[in-house]
Amino acid sequence: MSDRTAGVSAPRLAASGICKSFPGVRALHEVSLKAFPGEVLALLGENGAGKSTLMKILAGVQKPDAGTIAVDGLPVVTGSVQESLRQGIALIHQELNLATNLTVGANIFLGREPHRYGWIDEKAIAAESRRVLELVGLDVDPAREVGELTLGQQQLVEIAKALSVNARVLILDEPTSSLSARETERLFEVMTDLRKRGVSLIYISHRLAEIQRMADRVTVLRDGVNAGDLKRDEITHDAMVRLMVGRDVSRVYQRTAGKPGAVVLAVHELRTPANPAQSVSFQVRAGEIVGLAGLIGAGRTELLEALFGVTPPLSGEIQVEGKAIRPQHPRDAVLGGLALVPEDRKKQGVVLAESVQRNLSLASLERDRVRGIFLNEAAESGITAQMIRELRIKTPGEEQPVRFLSGGNQQKVVIGKWLAMSPRVFLLDEPTRGIDVGAKQEIYQLMEKLAASGAAIFFVSSELEEILGLADRVLVMHEGRITGELSRAELSEERIMTLATGGTTAWSHAP
Amino acid sequence: MKRIIGIAVLLLVVYLATWIMADAFSGRAVFMSGYNQENLLRRIALYGILGIGVSLVIITGGIDLSLGSVVCLVGVGVPWLAVGHGWPMPVVLLLALALPLAIGLGHGLLVTRLRLQPFIVTLCGLLIYRGVTRGFTQDQTAGFGNGFKALRWLANGEVPLFPGFGLPVPLLILGVVAGLIAVFLNKTIYGRYLLALGNSEEAARFSGIHTDRMIIVAYVICSFLAALAGLLFVLDVNLAQPVDFGNFYELFAIAAAVLGGCSLRGGTGTVLGVLAGTALIQVLRNMINLVFPAYQNMEYAVIGLVILAGVVTDELAKRAVARQKA
Repeated sequence: MSDRTAGVSAPRLAASGICKSFPGVRALHEVSLKAFPGEVLALLGENGAGKSTLMKILAGVQKPDAGTIAVDGLPVVTGSVQESLRQGIALIHQELNLATNLTVGANIFLGREPHRYGWIDEKAIAAESRRVLELVGLDVDPAREVGELTLGQQQLVEIAKALSVNARVLILDEPTSSLSARETERLFEVMTDLRKRGVSLIYISHRLAEIQRMADRVTVLRDGVNAGDLKRDEITHDAMVRLMVGRDVSRVYQRTAGKPGAVVLAVHELRTPANPAQSVSFQVRAGEIVGLAGLIGAGRTELLEALFGVTPPLSGEIQVEGKAIRPQHPRDAVLGGLALVPEDRKKQGVVLAESVQRNLSLASLERDRVRGIFLNEAAESGITAQMIRELRIKTPGEEQPVRFLSGGNQQKVVIGKWLAMSPRVFLLDEPTRGIDVGAKQEIYQLMEKLAASGAAIFFVSSELEEILGLADRVLVMHEGRITGELSRAELSEERIMTLATGGTTAWSHAP
Repeated sequence: MKRIIGIAVLLLVVYLATWIMADAFSGRAVFMSGYNQENLLRRIALYGILGIGVSLVIITGGIDLSLGSVVCLVGVGVPWLAVGHGWPMPVVLLLALALPLAIGLGHGLLVTRLRLQPFIVTLCGLLIYRGVTRGFTQDQTAGFGNGFKALRWLANGEVPLFPGFGLPVPLLILGVVAGLIAVFLNKTIYGRYLLALGNSEEAARFSGIHTDRMIIVAYVICSFLAALAGLLFVLDVNLAQPVDFGNFYELFAIAAAVLGGCSLRGGTGTVLGVLAGTALIQVLRNMINLVFPAYQNMEYAVIGLVILAGVVTDELAKRAVARQKA
C-alpha cells in the first residue's frame, strides 16, 4: 500500500516540458504531469485542449518535440509503444482495441503468445489469463470469444491485458463513456482496488461528477498548456470548470421559462418497433421545452426515431398542430413540421465531407427548387448566410467542409439546416454530447430561443444537470414506457433516478 | 475542378508522347492522321458513355460490374433479333433500351431493399446476362451484314469538319449524355442528393431525403447508358460474338471513373474527370497499338500500371495538400 498523499513519495510517472506541434497547430507547450503510486489522477480539459496528444505521447504512440518522461526516476525513450509498455505505461483507448473474434485469453496475449516447440501454449495462456482476470474481478472463461462479452466486460479484459504486462501506470481514456451505470460501478471498484495495489491511474473523462468521486488529484489542460492542479479537497465542480474554460461558468444553466401555448405535438399510444409491448402518450406545447430522461437503453432514442419516421412506429397517433402525420420515412416527418437533431451528430446529423452551405441547405433544397428539379442557388446562399449569422456558426466560410468545424458548430449546422424549414417541433437527441462547456451554453440558449419563437422542444439527455437546468417539464422513460412526469417544481435528481430505474413514487403520475 | 487538373495534365503528356513517338520517329502522320484521330474519338465516346454511367453508381458508394454483360446482351441481342429473327427494328430498339431499365431497377431494389452488397448483386448480373445471351444465341455471332446503314451511321458516321477529318457521331451523342449528366449532378436537387448520400447515406436520410430512390435511379441510369453504349458498339463494329463482346468493359469504365476522381467510397466525382480518365485509357491503348505493336499482348498490364501510378500519385498529392493545410 503506497502513500496516498501526493508529494510525499516519489512520482511513479513524471513528464515535464512536453512540447508537441503539428503543422500550423501548437498542441502542447511545456506541459508537465506527475502521477504518484496508488493515485487516481484525473486529466481534464475541453476538446482540443491537448489531452489526447499528451496521452499518446505518454503511451509512445507519438513522439514529443521536446520534453522528458520518466518512470520511477528512470528516463523513458519517447515515441515507442513497446518502450512505454516495457516501462509499465499502458493506454486503454476510448474505442477498445480488442479482436472481438478471438478469445479472451488470445486477446490478453496478443502478439506475445507463450509457445512451446512452435505451438501456442494454451495452458499457460489460460492460467495467466485467470490470474489477471481475477485481479479485475472478471469471472469469465478465458476461452470465450471477446465479442460475446458486454462492453463493460471487454473493458475489464483490456485492463487485465495491461496488468498482465505489469502495467504500473494505467491510462484510461473516457472509460465510462459507453458503459451502463452498473458497469461503471464495477469499473470504479476495480480502479479502487488497483489503486490499493499501488498502480497509478490516469483517468480522462468529461463527467465531472465521476471525477469528483474518483480522483485524488486533477490536472487541467487548457489550449495545450497546464491550467492548474487541484488536490483532493479542492476538487469541486466549479473549480474544475473554472480551470477548464479559464473563467466562471454558472454551474447549472437556468432557463427563464415562458408561458407555454397551445399543444403542438400530441402523441397518443405510440408503439415503437424497439418496444412493441409498450405504448407511449404525451404532449408538448408551443414554447415549451420538455426533457426526456432515462437510462441508456430505456428506448428514448427509439421513440424519437419512431416519431421522425427513421424506424416507423407500429401503431398510434401523432398530431402536429392538430394535423395527423404518419411518418414512414423522415421526409414525411419533415413535411409534417418535425425536425430531428440526431444522437450521432457526425454520422446522422451532418454530411462531414460536404461544405457548411451544402449541409445547411440540404433539407430545404426540395422546397426551394425552381423549374421542378433545379437547385435554387440564390435561396441556398441566402439560407447559408442567414444561419451562419443568426446561429453564430464559427467557420472561415460557407465552403468549409463541416468536418473541420468544432462539435458545437457542427451541431449549430444541424439546427440551422432544420431552422430553414421552420419546423413546429424540434426533437433533439443528446444535443450537447461531446460539445465543449462554453459551446453547450450556446446550444442551450439556442434551444430557448427556438422555444420562445413558438416551437415545441422535446429533448433527450443523459446529463441530469442539463435536464434540470433546461426543461419546463420532464418525462422519464424506463424499459420502453413513460414511468412518470415531473413539473419544474417537482424536479430533482433523486426523483428522476427513481423513475428512470423503474421505481414508482407518490409524485409520479403515469399518463 | 482542382481534382481533374492532375489527370488532364497526364492525359496531355501521354497524348503528346504518343504523337511524338508514333509520328516523329516514323516520319508519317500515323497518330495524328484524320483516320486515327476519328477512331480514337469514337472509342473515347463509346467508353465514355459507359464511364459516365458507372460513375453515378460509384458516387452512391456502390459499383456496377455488370456493364460489360449488358453491352453484350444488347450488342448481340439487337442484331440477333432484328437480322436473325426478322423482328422490326423499332420494336427491337425499344426492347433494347427498356430492358436495361428493368435490369437497373432490379439491381437498385436488391441493393436498397434487401441491403445486398452492390458488388455481389452486379457480379451475379455479370454472369447472368452473359450466360443468357450465350444461351439464347447458341454462341452464334450476330451482325447486321449490309443492312441498317442509316442506323449504323449513329455509330460509324461523322460530321465533316475539314477535308480528311470529321467529328464521329458517337462523340456528339457522348456530348449530349455528358451534358445532361453534368447538369443533373451539379444543377438539380437530385444530383445534390446523390452526392450527399454518397458521402453519408444516413445523414442524407435523416435530412428527409429518399436515399433508396436516388440509389435506384443511379443504377437505372447506369444500366441504360451501358445498353446505349452496347448498341453503339455493335452498330460500329457490325459483328458481335456472345463469348467476348463487352468483356472487361466494366473494368475500363470503373478505371476511367476512378482515374477521373471518383472515390469508390462514394460522394465524389465529376463528368469531366471521367471523360479525361476514359480518354487517357484510350490514348494509351492507341499508343501501344501504334508504337509498340509487338507488345500488344501486354496491353492490360500497361493500362493497369498506368492506372495504379495515377491513383498512387493522386493519393500522395492529396496527403501533401492535407499536410500543408494542417
